[in-house]
Amino acid sequence: MDLQRKLAILADAAKYDASCASSGSQPRDSVGGRGIGSTEGAGICHSYAPDGRCISLLKVLLTNHCQYDCLYCVNRASSNVPRARFRVEEVVQLTLDFYRRNCIEGLFLSSGIVKSPDHTMEQVVEVARALREDHDFRGYIHLKTIPDASDELIARAGRYADRLSINVEMPTTEGLRALAPEKDESAIRRSMARLRLRIDDTREEARRVVPIRALPGAAPAAAKPPPFAPAGQSTQMIVGADATDDRRILASSATLYGAYKLRRVYYSAFSPIPDAARALPLAAPPLMREHRLYQADWLMRFYGFDHQEIVAEPDGLLRLDVDPKLAWALAHADRFPVDLNHAPREMLLRVPGLGVKAVERLLQARRVRRVRADDLRRLHVPARKVLPFVVADRHRPAPGAPVISPEPPRAAQASLF
Amino acid sequence: MQVQVRLDDATDLGAFRRHARQLLAAGVPPERVEWSAAQAAGEAADLFGEAGAATLPAATAAAAPLAVPPWFVELCGDVILHREPQRHALLYRLLWRLAHEPALRHDPLDADLMQARQMAKAVHRDIHKMRAFVRFTRVVGNDGVERHVAWFEPDHHIVEANAPFFARRFAQMRWAILTPERCVEWNGQALAFREGADRREKPPPDGGEQLWLTYYEHIFNPARLKLAAMRREMPRRYWHNLPEAALIQPLADAAEARSQSMIEAPPTAARRIRAPIPLHLRPPEGAAPADLGELRAAAHACRACPIGALATQAVCGEGLIAPQHMLVGEQPGDQEDLVGRPFVGPAGQLLDRTMAQLGWARETVYLANAVKHFKYELRGKRRIHKTAGQREAEACAHWLESEISLVRPQGLVALGATAARALLGRPVAVQAERGAWLHERGDGRPVFVTLHPSALLRLPDAERAEALGRWRAELALARDTLPAAIAA
Repeated sequence: MDLQRKLAILADAAKYDASCASSGSQPRDSVGGRGIGSTEGAGICHSYAPDGRCISLLKVLLTNHCQYDCLYCVNRASSNVPRARFRVEEVVQLTLDFYRRNCIEGLFLSSGIVKSPDHTMEQVVEVARALREDHDFRGYIHLKTIPDASDELIARAGRYADRLSINVEMPTTEGLRALAPEKDESAIRRSMARLRLRIDDTREEARRVVPIRALPGAAPAAAKPPPFAPAGQSTQMIVGADATDDRRILASSATLYGAYKLRRVYYSAFSPIPDAARALPLAAPPLMREHRLYQADWLMRFYGFDHQEIVAEPDGLLRLDVDPKLAWALAHADRFPVDLNHAPREMLLRVPGLGVKAVERLLQARRVRRVRADDLRRLHVPARKVLPFVVADRHRPAPGAPVISPEPPRAAQASLF
Repeated sequence: MQVQVRLDDATDLGAFRRHARQLLAAGVPPERVEWSAAQAAGEAADLFGEAGAATLPAATAAAAPLAVPPWFVELCGDVILHREPQRHALLYRLLWRLAHEPALRHDPLDADLMQARQMAKAVHRDIHKMRAFVRFTRVVGNDGVERHVAWFEPDHHIVEANAPFFARRFAQMRWAILTPERCVEWNGQALAFREGADRREKPPPDGGEQLWLTYYEHIFNPARLKLAAMRREMPRRYWHNLPEAALIQPLADAAEARSQSMIEAPPTAARRIRAPIPLHLRPPEGAAPADLGELRAAAHACRACPIGALATQAVCGEGLIAPQHMLVGEQPGDQEDLVGRPFVGPAGQLLDRTMAQLGWARETVYLANAVKHFKYELRGKRRIHKTAGQREAEACAHWLESEISLVRPQGLVALGATAARALLGRPVAVQAERGAWLHERGDGRPVFVTLHPSALLRLPDAERAEALGRWRAELALARDTLPAAIAA
């Protein structure tokens, strides 16, 4: 099979994974090296697909042969999709070629499971090894780890990769049992725990390194411990393939962030796949619901919201017509209006339309003077959204509960069950 | 009287600073300064004679040197790359106001400052988009040397500022980026700049581009068409220089039909598959575990109470089989939950240290917990230990009892109230009953009650030394006074 055809099949197989981040790793470049590549903290999205998602990494599967039969997966063993398998050197060359063209930041490699978890993981690690050692590639590498792969393979994966991830796949144990009966949730969790411990240990070691003077007269230099996944670990869960509500999804995410210090949980709206399993009725993907989950996740990570307070609706689902922060504010009208000149940071962060940066600026400004309503215009925050919830000099919202017209209706959430 | 200042290079921060400093020292207010600059590279800089700085009034003797905050210098460096012709005037006005309005430096919402920040942001965005959307094409010259050449059209004067990024990234590659205003070339050693190029110098696509187009076409999921989101991040004006952009319209047009046909397609007969190798062997449910391995596997899957579903794994005991002592704690903590072994966190380390002081090797006992899963409460992003409730301890009791009968210890040491209650089957007041062997268990194994090490860690420093001494003495007592062996 020629390379074009393989690439088509194995990119097709990888397009359902939402993760494409290339940020948060250790800064490095290729000056003085033999190869190419750099990461400078912030990731770069080199292109965007018509589905609105960014393309930052070459995201492919090493092979889409798989011995598991997870119902939601296009690559499940019983599906009739065309199959292909890359040779290690082919993925390496594709990565380097796309990188030289400046089309990508690096590689995100995943794989169907063939023969055994260890056999598969070994192949995946070999690609990363060849890139790093044979070609001195210093771009970003994200490897999908196979749950229950051996410790030694995980250690090698972490040495070459910037980020490792293991997908929890479904938000709940019951969901996983129903749709991926051969996968074991506790194996996934144990693997995440192992990654977290290794990442913690490496950080701790790096912190404790004592600089050593190598030559007389030379400045003491610290011998750095070998890195282990400096950009941390992440995971993905599929949303909308079973009946789990948003409240439980967010509780799952909060548990994962708390237990394994994940950098990100990605939510991937279940979408129709070619040759879907009979057991899974198909519909358009619940894209707005996915979007609201990302917004809610953001509230947990950056705005001090507890996972239990985000979803107020009795059905346990996030409102689709307004964003979760606005929904929270509307449900807690008694906490508003907030005085921009006096409210504490935590409360300013809960005002709809105010972001972390805007709040910092407001706090800074009010140290030297009074904040007025027209300051909001210069902050480039949506005044329509903010004003009903705040008091400032020359501004006081109309008494009574804030009234907000919902955002224009967009694609309604599709229900699968 | 108006003062004319003409800059040779509109983006030269050093020259701007020199002029601005001079103007400020001479006390020339911003409204009296007219800034102008040679707009395009190559335009004769001295067309209108020497820069206006020469005609400046002399500095007033009283003018003190002005210290500006570091962020302002940085802001100037960004804003000066903006294409807005009024940027120099804005920056000088800000400098003047920093000198005359002390409050300005603490007011991030000032209108001039906000405008400058917006301009800096636009420059940053342009720099970022150049890093993202430059596309190199492979070109082999007549000399046989391979180069990578790109054509790009930036919005602002960013080529020189951005070139070092590409040099760091593609250090071992010969490359050139051509733009209408400025071109840059890297020969593997140094950056060289020259005047702008013509669009016709844009290299034609090379043979390898097709792979990239194939990838682009296939990473798109037709069931999620979102063109507006795409245009927000990749505005149309970049499209004519991006090879993949030609695919956007055809892909978008076909998306709905493709996704509808997936939904409507009749299911095919499932491919026959071999039984997969499970990732993890699950023990049969309900049966009593025949050995510790089975016990461990069964406890992993236990969901008899809600805490199992939230923990990473069941943490069963470890140590010597048929030991004299089995030490039983409360439940695994955060570290134990992650590692999968008992007594490895701070409390376990205290127990280790204390046993080492007594010359009592950890390997000669069996260590376990009464409750097998970690119970916690999420506080922000941290898991805070929560004492297991009676219901959870009861649900877990059979695992502990199975473990005891498989390990066959002679005596049981209960560390803390939860362990004591689990082993004795009744509420135990640890303070009242600690320090002696109790003979209450049906299997005849005596139970010695003492504190859990984490209770000692929670004590205030003043009380800890004494409490530790007493605890150590009790552990020694438990070790040395174990009653004679029980019948097996």
